[in-house]
Amino acid sequence: MSAETVAIIDYGSGNLHSAAKAFERAARESGCDARIRLTSEPEVVASADRVVLPGVGAYADCRRGLDAVPGMVEAMTHAAHGAGRPFLGICVGMQLLASRGLEYTTTPGLGWIPGDVGPIRPSDPALKVPHMGWNTLRAERDHALLAGIPTGEDGSHAYFVHSYALTAERPDDVVARAEYGGPVTALVARDNIAGTQFHPEKSQRLGLALIANFLNWRP
Amino acid sequence: MLKIRIIPCLDVKDGRVVKGVRFEGLRDAGDPVEAAKVYDAAGADELCFLDITASREARGTLLDIVSRTAEACFMPLTVGGGVRTVEDVRALLLAGADKVAINTAAVKDPDLVARAAEKFGAQCIVVAIDAKRVAPPGAPAAWEIFTHGGRDPTGIDAVAFARLVAGKGAGELLVTSMDKDGTRSGYDLALTRAISDAVTVPVIASGGVGGLDDLVAGVAEGGASAVLAASIFHFGQASVAEAKAHMAAAGLAMRLDGPASSARAPL
Repeated sequence: MSAETVAIIDYGSGNLHSAAKAFERAARESGCDARIRLTSEPEVVASADRVVLPGVGAYADCRRGLDAVPGMVEAMTHAAHGAGRPFLGICVGMQLLASRGLEYTTTPGLGWIPGDVGPIRPSDPALKVPHMGWNTLRAERDHALLAGIPTGEDGSHAYFVHSYALTAERPDDVVARAEYGGPVTALVARDNIAGTQFHPEKSQRLGLALIANFLNWRP
Repeated sequence: MLKIRIIPCLDVKDGRVVKGVRFEGLRDAGDPVEAAKVYDAAGADELCFLDITASREARGTLLDIVSRTAEACFMPLTVGGGVRTVEDVRALLLAGADKVAINTAAVKDPDLVARAAEKFGAQCIVVAIDAKRVAPPGAPAAWEIFTHGGRDPTGIDAVAFARLVAGKGAGELLVTSMDKDGTRSGYDLALTRAISDAVTVPVIASGGVGGLDDLVAGVAEGGASAVLAASIFHFGQASVAEAKAHMAAAGLAMRLDGPASSARAPL
């Protein structure tokens, strides 16, 4: 069997070399034959075996960047919905899966995981925003992306840095939450589409394990 | 539960790690990328590079270091020093920094913080505040912002400035006591606490760590969300793991699930 192509979409939202290196290392360490491609070409995304949508920065800015690449949203839609390829959104890339973002202004998302991305409001006023740093995950249900990853208060940690979070309309789209003065959506998934609010490429051990799970995911 | 972060800080000059004592008498502690890898493997929660290179021409060296670090270390990296414009912020983020610290330029033009936060998101904009105590004996404590490595007074009140830049969109404040930096006598806890209480964004305590109890105090008494230290880690006085164990024993929530780098596969 030939190597799978994993397309990491480059739409000017920040440095993706670190993400690409993390995917390469996770592939190597999990014995997965994957070719990691950073790409801004819709054709590569449309024909990839797996697609990753990263994103850092402001929601509206990321959406503008994505729309600025002609044919990219169509290519992503084809890969995720037409061809049913495993699709992973990261941070704002995950938030873009929602119906709309409410950061600075209201911005339409992709609507693949229905819900709004609104400001985090911890119940304890002593808790700082952004939610910044390492937090544990509370699994709401089993999922292949969490295979072998210890969850719960004594589990592994994921790196978060965000002031806005996704509230999913369908509770069963939420796979894991973090606790930060109330539940914060950390991992969403429906069918072949998933997204992490945290940064697996910055999350050391947990991150590499989750990326390896994604590379081996057969939804 | 969110954990307290330990952040080793590497002062970088002309592409090499240095650590100043009161910003003088610099010592060479090696290659920043190699040092970053060591801290990644040691389970540091974040890394910080502060570039103290004087010349703008050497900027490419810093970007190269950031880029090589980001490709080797799968952990968050904050970079500061000499950041003057939105373009400087962009260049560092594109090189692979996760957060960019703005210092003097934010004092001169607080709206730079707003412009950078709107463009890149508040979560990646850190304002570095260097402050010195200025109140006369007997008066309530007060601190003044100093720029250019602590040389130049500004007349600006540090706590008011912290409120201002947090309102402009800074996602985090790196608060360094210029009185304490390099003294190894502990953070200026009153300064850390005054700023932490004044803003809703996370505060990193910095300047003056001499031992592991200082890290505990920075959080327990200073109200910091993260503690930054340099020489105690750089010169082998304590490991990151020892610091975490010490802080956990003092009742602080720490990430103890260990380093990423090992010969075996993840988990």
